[in-house]
Parts: sequence; C-alpha cells; structure tokens
Amino acid sequence: MSHMSSHAQAVLLFLGIGAVLLVATVVGRVLAYRAPPGKRATIDNLNARINAWWGMAALVGVAFVFGKPGVPVLFFLVSLLALREFITLLPTRGGDYWALVAAFYLVLPIQYVLVGIAWYGMFAIFIPVYAFLLLPVLAASGGDTTGFLERAAKVQWGLMISVFCISHVPALLTLDIPGYEHRQLLLIAFLVIVVQSSDVLQYVWGKLCGRRLIAPVLSPSKTWEGFVGGVASASLLGGLLWWITPFSFFGALGMALVINLMGFLGGLVMSAIKRDRGIKDWGHMIEGHGGVLDRLDSVCFAAPVFFHLTRYFWA
Amino acid sequence: MLEPLVARSLTGFIRLLTGSRVLWREKLVPGRRVYYGNHSSHGDFVLIWSALPPALRAQARPVAAAEYWRRGTLRRYLIQRVFKGVLVERDVAQRTEDPIATMAAAIEAGNALILFPEGTRNPGEGVLPFKSGLYHLAARCAGLELVPVWLENLNRVMPKGRLIPLPLLCTARFGAPLGLEEGEGKQQFLERARGALLALAPEGA
Repeated sequence: MSHMSSHAQAVLLFLGIGAVLLVATVVGRVLAYRAPPGKRATIDNLNARINAWWGMAALVGVAFVFGKPGVPVLFFLVSLLALREFITLLPTRGGDYWALVAAFYLVLPIQYVLVGIAWYGMFAIFIPVYAFLLLPVLAASGGDTTGFLERAAKVQWGLMISVFCISHVPALLTLDIPGYEHRQLLLIAFLVIVVQSSDVLQYVWGKLCGRRLIAPVLSPSKTWEGFVGGVASASLLGGLLWWITPFSFFGALGMALVINLMGFLGGLVMSAIKRDRGIKDWGHMIEGHGGVLDRLDSVCFAAPVFFHLTRYFWA
Repeated sequence: MLEPLVARSLTGFIRLLTGSRVLWREKLVPGRRVYYGNHSSHGDFVLIWSALPPALRAQARPVAAAEYWRRGTLRRYLIQRVFKGVLVERDVAQRTEDPIATMAAAIEAGNALILFPEGTRNPGEGVLPFKSGLYHLAARCAGLELVPVWLENLNRVMPKGRLIPLPLLCTARFGAPLGLEEGEGKQQFLERARGALLALAPEGA
C-alpha cells in the first residue's frame, strides 16, 4: 500500500474511519435498543460520543481537503477554544488583564503564523522563552501581587498546553523527510488516529474488563486493564498504519507506543488539574465528551514528543 | 431598518466570544416580568437579552442609566434604537422624572425589563446590596414576576474600564420566578430577591 499516491492513501484512510464509525453507530443503536431502562445513561453517553466523532472526523476531513492552509487554521481555532476553556476554569485577577490580552490576541496568532511559515527556530521557543518572559512583566504592571506566581504560572501553562503543544500537530507539515515529500498530512492523520483510538480503546477495554483503578486519586475511570489493553491495541493499530508514515512497521509501532504513553500520562495530568478545580469536564462544547480540552488532553502531551522524535530520527 | 442587524451582530459577537451557555430552571412564556441579574460589565444586558428565546426577547428591554447612555452619539444610538432601552435617571437631586414611574409605564405597555438592582457595576465578587427600585416596582405593578439571572464570568470578559473583551466562557443561569408577597416589607423582600440570585451562583463565587 506504501506505493499508492498520498491522495489515494488519504481517501482510503477516511473511508476506513468512516467504516469504523459506521460499525460503532450501528452497535451503539442496537445497544440502545436492547438496553434495560436503568442502564441507559452509559449507552446514551456512548451514542453522544459516537455522534460527536462523526462531526470531528468531518471537520478534520474538510481541513485536509484544504490541505496546507486548512490544517493550521483548524488547529488555530482549536487552540483558541482550548485556551478559552483553560483560562475560564483557572481564575485570574484584574491585574492579569493585559497578560491575557497578549496571550489571546498576540501570542496565539503569532505562534500559528510562525508554524505557518515553517520558522522552526522561532516557533519551537517563542512561547517557552519570549511569552514566558513577557507575560509576567505585563502581569506585574497590573500592580497586584496577590498570588502573583500562581497567576503567572496559570497563564503560561494555559499557553503551553493549549497553544504550544497543540501547534505541534500542524507543525508536522513543516518537516522535510527524505522520500516523504508532500505527504506530511498523513503524518498528522497518523498522530490523530493513534491518539484518539487509544482514548477510545482504553475506554472500551476499561468498560469491558476494567477492575483495578490505576490512579484512584486522579481518575475514577482509568483502570490497569483499560490502560494495558488500550495502549497495546492502539499501538498495534499504529504499527498497522506504517504504510502512511515514513516509518517501518516496528518504527510505527514504537512511535505509536510513545504517543499512547504520553497521551495517557497527559490525561492523568489534565485530570489532576480538573480535580483540583473540582470539575469533571473542561467545557460543554462537544456533546458526550465535555470540552475541547477533554478530547485533546492526550494530543497535547503526545504531539510535541512525536514531532521532535520524528524530526531527530527521520527529517 | 439597520437596527435589528446591529442587534444581531452584537449578540452574535458576544455569544461567539463567550460561548454563552444558558441554563433554565423552568420554561417561561412571555409575561409581565423583570429579569434581574448581577452586574459587572456593560455586556451584562446584552448577554441576558441574547440568552432569551425569540418570543421572550421580543418584549425584553434593558433598564439603563440615562446619564451614562445619553452621552455620545454611539451610546445613544445603541441604547435607544438598537436595544430600545428604558432610560432612568439615577441622580436623585437632578432628575426630572421618577424612575419607578418610567419602568412601570414600560411594563404596563407590555414589555419585560432587564434590570440590575445593584445599581452599578460591581468590580468585586458576590453581589452588592440591592437598591430599593425592585421593591417599589413590584409594589406598583401587581402580579409582576421577578426572574433572577446569574451571570458567571462576564466580569472577566469585559472588566470595568477596559476596551478589549477577552474570550472566556460565560454562563447565564435563569432561576425560578418570584414575586412580592402579601404584607412583605421592603428590606425583607430585597433580601429574599438577592438571596434567590446568590443561590444561583456556583459555590465559591
């Protein structure tokens, strides 16, 4: 399959996703039809999730049709929504006003412009260096010292997670990989499919045979069985997708394993933040899933590591 | 002719900016009513206005401070033509008409009002003590329904005195209607109305 054109591969990939979603939709409807009245809540949530998956897959599909300009624009909007959820739930004070204006209206768009023009040397350090130094200066100029370090850290963290990390997904388009020219969109597809299928498979394995909680303090739903089954099966899926990547089968398997482990750990970290704030979801935008950050917490942690590993070893 | 378009754009903008989520305690039909909320920004009445379903929105008019909104052509245009605000004069010493009479007249004419009984934008947390206008209005208009609306986070979107709004998520929670009860005193009533509003706030606010 690796000799097919990237266009044909992308079409095949989306047909595959459509087929999986179709099966999931049918299974979900049958389960809902047969479910006893008391057991409906889980099934309804499952069906809401599947419906949202159709929407999200369609959105990514549209971005892919527009190709190089479409994908950065999509992830710019995703970052904006994620940052909005993050800052909303981590209260700041009046003195942070200018730091927040800069974060939303300067740092966020500049980061995506830098990714768009493929200026690696700048987009890799812009937020960790320049935003890191500039924003606390703006916050200090607000003249309010109450909880200053905590507030400065919140804004910086929000930018790192929602903007810096997520921007590493479209940044994959900037990689020059010998023998893999004009096909980097498929690398994004690989990352997104592996991460999201890992989330889904961990959920499925957890529901089917989850017994022992892996981190009871952080998450009431993550189990050892879900973790091992989900990560193993999603990594295998990643290996089987080697033909859309520049990697060999084992290369793709290893990459998928790293992606899945980072994604899992990211989910734990993000749920620690949610627990601290006493909330279950980051937002309400995606029916059945919660907010944008609930869907992307694992992407946030996986994307930069995947980007840099690919860059060091293949580009 | 242009006004509905301006109103639409403004409400569309604020809804897009704040992802405004609206939570209802119960379903309401058009009627003699005052929506009263916590006040922290000029976006407050726009958010309540845009949160209302079309049938309720058609009869809703914000109550606004005349001395602020009559200053400047743009403000006058927005409040008079676009939002059809009911302008009241806050300054007792200088005013020429009675605010209660103005608001009561608007209600008798079939409108619902959007009112912020704290009387001014509150830069801090919580809710300031209510001005007595809400009580006098309820005493004057028999059977008037008062619906508390808790606005969450809008003070962070448009802080007092700032020009650039921040994109943060906001929620409008509509509570159950209440009314002035037989023989209820002014202080007692105002405390009860304020309590009903505060009860809608999530914990820690």
